Formats: sequence, structure tokens, C-alpha cells
Amino acid sequence: MRYAMAVDTLKCVGCNDCVVACQTENDVPIGYCRDWIVEKTTGTYPQLQLEIRSERCNHCANAPCVRTCPTEASHYAEGGIVLVEESECIGCKACITSCPYDARFIHPEGYVDKCTFCIHRVEKGQDPACVAVCPTHCMIFGDLDDPNSDISRAMATRKWKSLIPEAGTDPKVFYLI
Amino acid sequence: MSTSMNRRDFIKIAGVGAGSLAFATPLFDFSTGDILAPDTVPGMYAKRTPTYCEICFWKCAGWVHTNEEGKIWKVTGHEDDPHSNGRLCPRGTGGVGMYNDEDRLKTPLIRTEVNGVQTFREASWDEAFTYIADGLKKVAEEHGPECTALFSHGSGGHYFGDLLKAFGSNNITAPSYAQCRGPREVGFFATYGEGVGSPERVDIRDTRCLVLIGSHFGENMHNGPVQEIAQATAKGATIITVDPRFSTVASKSKFWLPIKPATDMALLLAWMHVIINEGLYDKEYVEKYVYGFDELKAHVATNTPEWAYGLTTIKPETIRETAREMANASPRVIIHPGRHVTWYGDDTQRLRAVAMLNALLGSWGRRGGFYNPEKVSFKTYPHPQFPTPKRTWKDAYPGKFKLASLALASGICDATVPATGRDCSFKAWIVNGTNLIHTLPNQANTLKAIQALDLMVVIDTMPMEITGYADVILPECTYLERYDDIRVSAHREPTLALRMPAAEPKYNTKPAWWMAKGLAEKMGLGAFFPWKDIEEKLDWELKQVGSSLEEMKRIGVKKMKRSFDDLYPMENLEDFEFNTNTGKIELYSTAMEDEGYDPLPKYKAHEEPPEGYYRLNYGRAPMHTFSRTANNPNLTDLMDENSVWVNPKVAKEWGLKNDQYLWLENQDGVVSKTPIKVRVTERIRFDSVYMVHGFGHTEKKLTRANGRGASDADLITRVHIDPEMGGTGMRGNFVTFRFEAGKEVSS
Repeated sequence: MRYAMAVDTLKCVGCNDCVVACQTENDVPIGYCRDWIVEKTTGTYPQLQLEIRSERCNHCANAPCVRTCPTEASHYAEGGIVLVEESECIGCKACITSCPYDARFIHPEGYVDKCTFCIHRVEKGQDPACVAVCPTHCMIFGDLDDPNSDISRAMATRKWKSLIPEAGTDPKVFYLI
Repeated sequence: MSTSMNRRDFIKIAGVGAGSLAFATPLFDFSTGDILAPDTVPGMYAKRTPTYCEICFWKCAGWVHTNEEGKIWKVTGHEDDPHSNGRLCPRGTGGVGMYNDEDRLKTPLIRTEVNGVQTFREASWDEAFTYIADGLKKVAEEHGPECTALFSHGSGGHYFGDLLKAFGSNNITAPSYAQCRGPREVGFFATYGEGVGSPERVDIRDTRCLVLIGSHFGENMHNGPVQEIAQATAKGATIITVDPRFSTVASKSKFWLPIKPATDMALLLAWMHVIINEGLYDKEYVEKYVYGFDELKAHVATNTPEWAYGLTTIKPETIRETAREMANASPRVIIHPGRHVTWYGDDTQRLRAVAMLNALLGSWGRRGGFYNPEKVSFKTYPHPQFPTPKRTWKDAYPGKFKLASLALASGICDATVPATGRDCSFKAWIVNGTNLIHTLPNQANTLKAIQALDLMVVIDTMPMEITGYADVILPECTYLERYDDIRVSAHREPTLALRMPAAEPKYNTKPAWWMAKGLAEKMGLGAFFPWKDIEEKLDWELKQVGSSLEEMKRIGVKKMKRSFDDLYPMENLEDFEFNTNTGKIELYSTAMEDEGYDPLPKYKAHEEPPEGYYRLNYGRAPMHTFSRTANNPNLTDLMDENSVWVNPKVAKEWGLKNDQYLWLENQDGVVSKTPIKVRVTERIRFDSVYMVHGFGHTEKKLTRANGRGASDADLITRVHIDPEMGGTGMRGNFVTFRFEAGKEVSS
């Protein structure tokens, strides 16, 4: 079991629904977010391109946050989902510094917080809240070890990229381009 | 020092505390609120209640999830709803912020004067109703009941509308007509004998080519079309976007036509020229259904792509290529009618051209074009017949706006400003859920009208600029805390949707139906609201169509079967009589001709920005609706101010840097009340600037929105009125940059 997510940049309109759905689903306090939108414009008027993508923790298979965590609060859960055990976290921020994707933040209650791939939903067979809400169906969540999963098929048939591959983190969030 | 010149000083609601005047009667019996859908995900939430969204007017049906403590947790889409297909947009998902907003209106307020200073005092509902009833009675005695008007943009408007009709006035208006989609309805009606309606009857899901003219879906987050555009493009549909701005959807389009603003009509005429002269039109369809083809052919004979190039800056080969692309997809092609189309004052004519282009391509009544929507024939609870008013708003405009089918919000506002020789200048306004200061163009005129009123009642959930001018403010509870009418919507399949309270109303707030019924009783008009409470009313109405309130509480959305198999009534050239004078699709409009308007649309040059000025274009952001969401804690967290988009060439000329704040000044010397951040971007043409509508609030009680960003409404002082139907063209304003604030404007 290797959970992963693919974000179709050709579909994403950057509406932020994934952000607010995550906030309400997971009670993320106002002013913080576990996922966010990046827009990148290239070219000169009127020869322009715009890439929009929804970003979050990449749930890396070789996660620097897990390696640097002194208390093992950051750990791999089932299917490779990277989680933080709040009660073990001492708020030292080593993981925040080591994450190349800037995916982590200090929750007002003192522990490090970030995307969980909505593991509480995934365990019940549901998609993460961001995936379930997206009006354009631009996100696909699933198991890379299952060749028939939607995500395996999308990765096999579409061009894709991951972010900062040179960091060697083996990220599990992919962008269909 | 406060001046005594104005009878109606603007009162900032700051300082008026939370309501403590509890009303004795409980509104809802929550013991019955438990007849709810089974928990599909055990342990995830305690219960869920059906609703339909009120954050915008797509009215997506959804579920409100409450946790074990009865606290509202989240709102999700209803899987059976054709408006949402189980997925809400960011505003709907963030709808819970409207409920949680601590800046909400909390108790009825009445304008009063203390030591020469106007202020609001807290009042009981009974006091507020008495004040309103006395005020309306006085207006009726002195001027006639017709001199009252309702402005409404919200589900509760129906109840206040009935109240007004019972009182003897049918001056009921929504800014969504004259300030938004009115010209589209008139233009399509003149062509097809039917309007476009809402949700728009466009079959984007199955289209092969979608043409968007100024529509910016994805930023304009109307849920259905955004979802269907993603579906259609995944199936290989072409999108052609015409916009001076590289909008989100332009970036998803095969063709982006970066048109010179205000020249869209030239492009439409040139497209028709190419389609006719290259023989690309749907000949059988035109032969069978269309009236006036030869007249149109002659009319557009000189509208060549080369002619249009000089006006639009779109290259002739691009005009030809895109025309052929549409024709290749025909009849599965949609030249989208848009929604906010009040731009330049010739908007009915431009929308006529859009309707005609669709007709040439045979897309009306065809799969992948325009479908035939159906809604449930729904009987409302019987009540005595309303009196017939002696006058209507139209009497203020003899011989004008002859094709207006609904009341004009701007027309009623203008007819409130005192003028000699007018029978009825409006004397009382009831304003429900629409912030007219930001909604209507020409604020100075709106304020003049407000000063002339004897009574203004504002019903809202939030303190807004308009509430500061009210005599009485009635705080409505949010859509998550109330019942409203059943949503009876026209779509591919007819559906019904229920909104019911998921929590008890916070503070001393009440639903519209309760207020209208209470007011009616106070005014001696209780007979027009003959039901005990809304549950009785809704249950009776639902039982007439084979459902019940009990069933709807359980299922939320009820899908019904279509009565006829006529979703695409012209798919195979079936016989059809259109509701026009000729019974045909009128390319040449006999109705327009009869009323003295151009039967065929003509290109008209519009004023261009003077040196150093830029056309002010405005639009939407996906996480906000008008000015009403600007204080929602969840949505301001996503976007808490707007910015002015400036092309890098322009920025260089003015020395503007990203994120610097400045003021905008328009052609009439009017300066934005608040400063706005600069966004230097290649995505905007050099001759225009762009900003998202709905920011620049000045109401201090909106703690998150006050002073954030600027309001385009401040700067829309020049209005080009559509002669056919009175729409207010608002895209003919030009702005320049200013590095210091304007003079304080006294209210």
C-alpha cells in the first residue's frame, strides 16, 4: 500500500475550495492551512501560460521531517502517510526547517501540524476532504501499488511532475501537466 | 461635529451591543429536528440536516453536519443535487463562517437621536414592527401604498414581497436584473421567445465548443458550469475565451482572444459574417426555424474580419479560425450568454447578437448547446388575492425601457430622488439582503434617494453600508439557522430542495418568514399569511406534489421525472413553434422593431479612456460573493482584500511596484474611499485595469472587512443606460492612479 495524490493542473482553477474544506474538516484554526494554492504565470502579454496547483505535504517516502524529528513524533503511518503524533511533539521545529515544501506549521496549541491525507477518512474508505470537495475533480487519491487504481492509471497515461525532485525526498504528491 | 443637514446620517453600528432582548416564543421545535438522514459515516458526526446554500444564487443543495455537542461543523454538497453534484464551491464550504461571524447583526435596532446625534437603539421585535407598521401606514396615507418598494436579493425576499403586495405595491426588485443579467434575458427573449434563466440552460457537459465572452468561470465560481467545463474539456471540448484579461479560464482555453475592451459587438458581427459567407451555418436548422436570415446576411455584409480587426485588435485569421472551430462543433456549440452583462449600455443588442450566433450554429434546443429545462409545477399555500396597485414603477418612465420584464432596482432608486411632475416618488424602501451602496452604480445618487425617504427598513444578517442609513434594522438569522421556501429549480431534471435550521438562531435573530408574518399581523394584513408557521406551509405545499416536509427533512433533495422527453426539442428538427411574433427564431426581431428599437444589432463605438486613464474592469473571486462575504472569517482567511491588476508596461510608466498601496481616481474626479494594493501582472491589457468586486467596506463594525481593499462601486459614477430595458452599463468608467487619499466625503 502506497498512498499518493495526483493534482491535475489542467483542471485546477485555484478556487481554494480544497483549502477551506480542509480547514473545516480538520478544525484547522483560522489563519493556518494544511493545503494551499500556487499560481505561476509565465510569458508576456498576450503569449501567456498559467499553471495553478493545489499543494500540501508531499508525504515523502524519504521524508527529511521523519529523519530529523528527535522524538519520533513525525512518523510513517499505514500506506506511507507521514503523520505527527501531537503528544510526542516538542515543537522544536527541526522538521519545519528540513521540509523543502514548507508544508508544516506550529499549531497555536504548540505542536507541529500539517496535512494527514485525511487519514481518518481514508481509513473509512473515503477520499481526503480536499479531493472530495473539488468542483473540477482535479485531485485523485489512491494506492500506487494497485495498478488499477485511478491514480496508477492517471500516472501511466498522463505527463506528470513532482516538486523539487532534486531534494531526493521521493514525494507522493504528483502534478499532472 | 455631526451636521443636521441630513435627516439620515450614516450611523456606524459600532457601539450598539449584543442583543439581550430575548423574544419569548421559541421559533423552532427542535424536538422534531431529529428526523434526519442516517449517519453514513459512523462516528464522524452526530447528525446532518439538509440545506441549500445562500452564499450565492446558484443555491446548491447540501448537508449541514453537526457534532455531538450540536455545534455546526461543516457543510458539504448533496449528492443528488444537479446544482452541486455533491460538491460545494469554496463559498458554500466556507458557509459556516457566515454563521460563526461574531460581527453579525444581533438584535433589532431603531434610529434615534441622543443629544442631537443620530444613533441606533436596541429594540424588541414588537417595537420594531410597530415602528415599521406606523411608518408604512403614514406613507400609504400621504402618498399611496405604491410609493413603497422592496429591494431584495435573498431567499427571504419572497415573504417581504408578499407583504408588500398585500400592502398594495408590486414594486419588488432585485439588482440581479438591471445591474446584472437583465439584458441577456431580453436579448434571448427577443430571439427565441424564451430567456436563459438561472441556472443557465447551457449544456456545457456535452458541448464540443464553448465560447466565453467576458465570462470568467473558475473565478466566477458558479458551481454547475465550473464542474461541467472541467468535464467537457476532459472529453476534448474546445474553449474560446474572449477577454482583455488572461483569466483563469483563458489559461485553459485553446483560443484566447485578448480583445480591446468595449468592442465585443464587432467580433460577434464578424463571426456571423464569416459563418454566413463561408456557408458554415446549420442550413437545415436555419431553413426550418429561423426568420430574417436574408436581412441578417445583408446586415453583416460589410462586417468582415478585416473590419473587426481594426476595432477589436483580433487578427482576421484568428476570427476566421475561431468561427470555423465553432462551426465544426455545431450544433454542439455554446456561445455562452454570460451573466453579469450590463457593460456598455448596448447590452441587450450585444446579447441579441450572442443569441443570433447560436441560432446560426443550430445550438438552441440541441444536445451540447442549450437544453430545455423543466421545473416542478409548484403550488404555494393559498392566500387571499392581493389588491391591484394603482401605479407601478413603470409609470415613472413613460415610453422608456419597454422591454423590461422585471422592475429595475436602479429605476426605483432614481424615481426616489425627488423630481417635479412625477406622480409617485418612492417614500419607503424595504431592503432585504442587498447592500445597495455597493450594488447600485452612482453612489451619490443612491444617497440622494435615501435622504428623500420617509422610511427605510433593512433586513440583513450583517451590518453593511446600507444598514447604516436605515431607520429600522431587522437582524435575520443565517441560512443555516432557518427555513426558507422550497427551492424549485429548473434543470435537466426537475428537483426540489429543502433548507431547514441546523441550529437554533444565534442572538436575537429571526428568519424572514417570521418577520414578514409578524409585520403583516401588526399591519392588519395577517390574512395574507394564513399558515400557523412555515412548517405547516411547506408541508402543505410539498404534499401537493407528492412529497412532505417529513420526507424532505430526510432526503433533502427530491428528483422528479420530466413530464415530456423534450430535453433537446430541436435535436432532430422536430416541429416547434417559438413564442415570438413569427413563431420562429427571430434573427430579425419584429418585437424590437415594433417598440422602435433596432431589429438587428449594430456596432456602436464606445468612449475610450483618456490619456493616463485605464478602463475599469471588475469581476469575481472564487471565494467571495459580491460584498456580502467580505467579513466571513473562513473566506477572508482565503482572500482578505482585492488588488488592482496593472500591466507591467503601465506599472513602469507610473513607477508602480507590486504590493504598494494607492488610490484610484475616476474620470469624474471621484477617488476610491480606501487604498488598494497594486498587482503588476502580464495577465491584464495595457489599456485597462481589473479589480475584484466586493471589497473596500467602510462599515467599522465589519472588523475583518473594514478598510480592506477598495470598492469598484465607489468609482462607477458614469452609467450607460440600456434603452431597451434599463440595464445600467457600468464598464464605461476610467481610472488613474493617485498616491494620496481623496478628500473626506461627507455623508
